[in-house]
Amino acid sequence: MNRIDQLFQNKPKDILNVYCTAGYPSLNDTVAIVEALQQSGADMVELGMPFSDPLADGPVIQESSTRAIKNGMRISVLFEQLKGLRSKVSIPLVLMGYMNPVMQFGVENFLQKCAETGVDGLILPDLPMDEYESQYKPLFEKYGLHNIFLVTPETNEARIRRIDGVSNGFVYAVSSSSTTGKDKDMSHQEAYFQRLKAMNLRNPVLIGFGIKDSKTFREACRHSNGAIIGSAFVKAIENSANLQATVKEFVAGIKS
Amino acid sequence: MDIAVNTSQSKYHVNKKGYYGEFGGAYIPEMLYPNVEELQQQYMQIISDPSFRQEFEQLLKDYVGRPSPLYFAKRLSEKYKAKIYLKREDLNHTGAHKVNNTIGQILLAKRLGKKRIIAETGAGQHGVATATVCALMGLECVVYMGSVDIQRQAPNVARMKMLGATVIPATSGSKTLKDATNEAIRDWINNPVDTHYIIGSVVGPHPYPDMVARFQSVISEEIRQQLVEKTGKPDPDYVMACVGGGSNAAGAFFHFTDAENVKLVAVEAAGQGVNSGYSAATSQLGRPGIIHASKTLLMQTDDGQIVEPHSISAGLDYPGVGPMHANLYATGRALFLNATDDESLAAGYELSLLEGIIPALESAHALAKLKDLPLKPEDVVVVCLSGRGDKDLETYIKHLK
Repeated sequence: MNRIDQLFQNKPKDILNVYCTAGYPSLNDTVAIVEALQQSGADMVELGMPFSDPLADGPVIQESSTRAIKNGMRISVLFEQLKGLRSKVSIPLVLMGYMNPVMQFGVENFLQKCAETGVDGLILPDLPMDEYESQYKPLFEKYGLHNIFLVTPETNEARIRRIDGVSNGFVYAVSSSSTTGKDKDMSHQEAYFQRLKAMNLRNPVLIGFGIKDSKTFREACRHSNGAIIGSAFVKAIENSANLQATVKEFVAGIKS
Repeated sequence: MDIAVNTSQSKYHVNKKGYYGEFGGAYIPEMLYPNVEELQQQYMQIISDPSFRQEFEQLLKDYVGRPSPLYFAKRLSEKYKAKIYLKREDLNHTGAHKVNNTIGQILLAKRLGKKRIIAETGAGQHGVATATVCALMGLECVVYMGSVDIQRQAPNVARMKMLGATVIPATSGSKTLKDATNEAIRDWINNPVDTHYIIGSVVGPHPYPDMVARFQSVISEEIRQQLVEKTGKPDPDYVMACVGGGSNAAGAFFHFTDAENVKLVAVEAAGQGVNSGYSAATSQLGRPGIIHASKTLLMQTDDGQIVEPHSISAGLDYPGVGPMHANLYATGRALFLNATDDESLAAGYELSLLEGIIPALESAHALAKLKDLPLKPEDVVVVCLSGRGDKDLETYIKHLK
């Protein structure tokens, strides 16, 4: 069974998924951060594959991406880093990134490497659902990889149903109409979260964008199976002198 | 004028799914889906509507000053030994072809009930054209512009501000057009309901490439009519235009794509030379990929990071090319040439001295390749003079020998 499905089966509530950019703050920090996240009690990790032009992301993640690229991060390097990962890390790992680098790497080649290194799912925000269904879905299935699509407050019910039907693992509910790291007030999103909950989707739902501390994490968990934290974590580790300790402190702070 | 002409039979125009051959599409994050979907569903219906067409044509006539003249350039023709006509988009209100598109899109935005307009700009021409129509219609206007471009196009920044627009510097990446476009797209993600994004070129997710090309298609529509008056037939032997994203070229080529006897010549910016590492000649240096939500040719590293282009002309300083042009290149329908910074400066001076017309540096790239075409005396050549050179005076003067 895919590790993501296993996780939700064992723990349907309060899932903490932490995002960090691969190759950041230093090129070879990637695996150490994933390990530290697991040890600190994170339930899942979303690793960002840096891209020069990340349209859905705000300044914090864009800057971390720029720095990671300067550090020498690229998809082939990431797969090298992930090679021994599964002997140390058992929590689910999702890769997030934009289509262009994946296309240049070769989609099937990419999916095969994901399967080999123990990646469980993918978030490719600029992959159109139609193209996924018509071209890539059988490949994702062949390599046992879940593909996770986003819904937003502006997504209508029919489309949410379609997205839920095509997604595996979980549905990524963007908390507000924004890029990552924006401080939009989540309290206005109550109706949207209720609407999602009432739809009784076949997939679990994780809420992301704007989750930054224990208050927003708890708020998100009240409406869903858990939440994804990105920009706040990237900021926290930016100048860390002791990654292990910083990660531990950060996760403890969220769960407090 | 027929901006809503049915092009579904043409292999050079967009198909029902939003593709030109293998290029195009809409590679957008879900946050943009409702906006883009709304445009996809409605743009043809809106621009086909007689009241829209009437308002568009009236504004182009009375406000922009169309039709723009098709001028027989006698001394230039003598020099290059062919019959050279200049399509004078430089004489439009605001000084370039960009306003054709912004007039169309602001009318569309009004019909969609949008209250706020955002735009990206490189040279500042599209920013000025957007600020202009926003002032005309009383809508809020925010223009994103690379901080490098803000420095090299100061007069246009001042114009936008005088027209009431807010100019926000894009400080990420190469700080030029590509990054301004990223910032505009992010703004749209953050303001999905009340905002319309007026893209200035034939780039971005479907339907933008086709929509912008249609608003610019008045250029080739007029060329055909004017050539009948001047030469007795609507088709020239050559149509030449510069290509950054490619909006003036898309407009100049639009009604000629299926007349295969007309040679289409697209001129890209070679910068300091195609292989110098400082170039924006996308067809020569690019590979298929995704930039700004469109599958097209783009300049990128082997691992798919988009690279920083270079051109002396801010309007051509873009690492991609519209999907229509990628398809014209891939099918061999258009001839893709490129002009260096120096060749373009020289062509700008040449036109100034031979014809008394100071061209925009962008347009000078097209003129620079007249010398490389195997022209015969009876050949009719139309060069799209996309804009005037006032904004580039400082650059021209700096390079005056």
